[in-house]
Amino acid sequence: MKKLLLNKFEAESGDSACCSNEQGRDCSPVLRPLSIPMAEPAHDDAPCCGPKPGPPSSPFEKPGYRMWHFVADFAETPVGLVPRIETDLKLQDLAGTVRARLGISRDRYRVAPGLYSVGKPDRESPVLVTANYKLSFDSLRNELGSIAAWILVLDTRGVNVWCAAGKKTFSTAEVIRQVNRAGLDRLVAHRELILPQLGAPGVSSQAVLKGCGFKVIWGPIRAGDLRSFLTNGRRAETKMRQLTFSVGERMVLIPVELSLIVKPSLAILLAVFVLSGISPDIFSFSAALLRGFNGAVAYLFGVLAGAVVVPVLLPWLPVRRFYIKGIITGLVAGIFVILALGNTVTGLESLTLLLLTMAVSSYAAMNFTGATPFTSPSGVEKEMRQGIPIQVIAVAAAIIAWVAAPFVS
Amino acid sequence: MQKFRYLENVTTLKLDAEKCIGCGMCETVCPHTVFKVDKSKARFADRDACMECGACAANCPAAAISVTPGVGCASYIIQTWIKGKDAVIECC
Repeated sequence: MKKLLLNKFEAESGDSACCSNEQGRDCSPVLRPLSIPMAEPAHDDAPCCGPKPGPPSSPFEKPGYRMWHFVADFAETPVGLVPRIETDLKLQDLAGTVRARLGISRDRYRVAPGLYSVGKPDRESPVLVTANYKLSFDSLRNELGSIAAWILVLDTRGVNVWCAAGKKTFSTAEVIRQVNRAGLDRLVAHRELILPQLGAPGVSSQAVLKGCGFKVIWGPIRAGDLRSFLTNGRRAETKMRQLTFSVGERMVLIPVELSLIVKPSLAILLAVFVLSGISPDIFSFSAALLRGFNGAVAYLFGVLAGAVVVPVLLPWLPVRRFYIKGIITGLVAGIFVILALGNTVTGLESLTLLLLTMAVSSYAAMNFTGATPFTSPSGVEKEMRQGIPIQVIAVAAAIIAWVAAPFVS
Repeated sequence: MQKFRYLENVTTLKLDAEKCIGCGMCETVCPHTVFKVDKSKARFADRDACMECGACAANCPAAAISVTPGVGCASYIIQTWIKGKDAVIECC
């Protein structure tokens, strides 16, 4: 059977060889797919509804892949085709940034790890290393206009450089793995990698040198300083090595903090409404709604005071412990709630709501430590040992007083 | 960053001046200017600014620096209290 097939194949190839003499006659089925033009012109004239079809597919497209809009073309290199990326951000990049900042599918906002290029890099061009969180990738490429460089993206599971370094996905092993996977030693003549300084908690420069022969150069913290770093003989001024935490930098973190609170908040609000309904008549739906609304207002103002006001006012709140910062803003918010609710609450209920607002604000403020770039785990643990008992006692007292209120009045 | 100060005397950061070779790597990688290299020896310029990220210890070629690195994040610490220090923790 095998022999038969082989013979048939031979016969066919014999046939196709013969037709090369007869020009213009296409009788080789093997060659046919290549001779099909990329767009079929017949369609342009064909009667059709809707607008004209778009341009033909790019020759770089592959079945099963989708090309990113930021890929301009591909550069041919000794290690294969390397995508050349654009440095200006498009509307869809900004939309993606907004979505990620709101916490929507943030963990899936990533680019493929591996090698990219900007400009027209050669064997001497610098190699910049970054994370595969698209926000990190975008903030890097957006600063590279007119700079020619290779970009090596690590698989940090879609996490930014600093958090990934803390979680050890921006790591020594991952740098070595991606350097080898990209074949960097065949691509560039030098043996240097420029890493963002905030990757240092996860990467040991000596171990990288030992592991793949590339020397780690610690670049500036912010991508915005890369240009002057590169033109200054790869020297970072002191301020390029120091963190900042401006009002703007703090405020962009607030939506994600809030998005993390939404789920537990739904359960808490349900509990508030149920507890509010407990009355001398066992359960009162009207009380559940009326008092529950007051409780919900106090809770939400507590969240606002702790997760929004504390981050904004952070350096101006005159204490260092975050749980106390939260108590201060919570006290102000609680007084505001009591004044706003006015006659709808009794004296005991007012005190209860004040306590609730302060406890919630204190807890939310304490949680913001995770988003700041200056709180040490030893310090956070120390203040939590003080703060959490206070918060638990306050909430327990608030629940008891709130449930007892309809019985004593 | 100077206007953001956190708790004093809590960091686990230690520097062994005997072992230090004065390469200046700690000064380079620290995001809070905790170290200063003087006369080819590193010293603390601002130890209480340390946030225990672990960058200095990971990159000290002489193993002269030690610190218990971690994430200064309340929900992370609560999970370590509940599940233990070595548990796989999803956070931040």
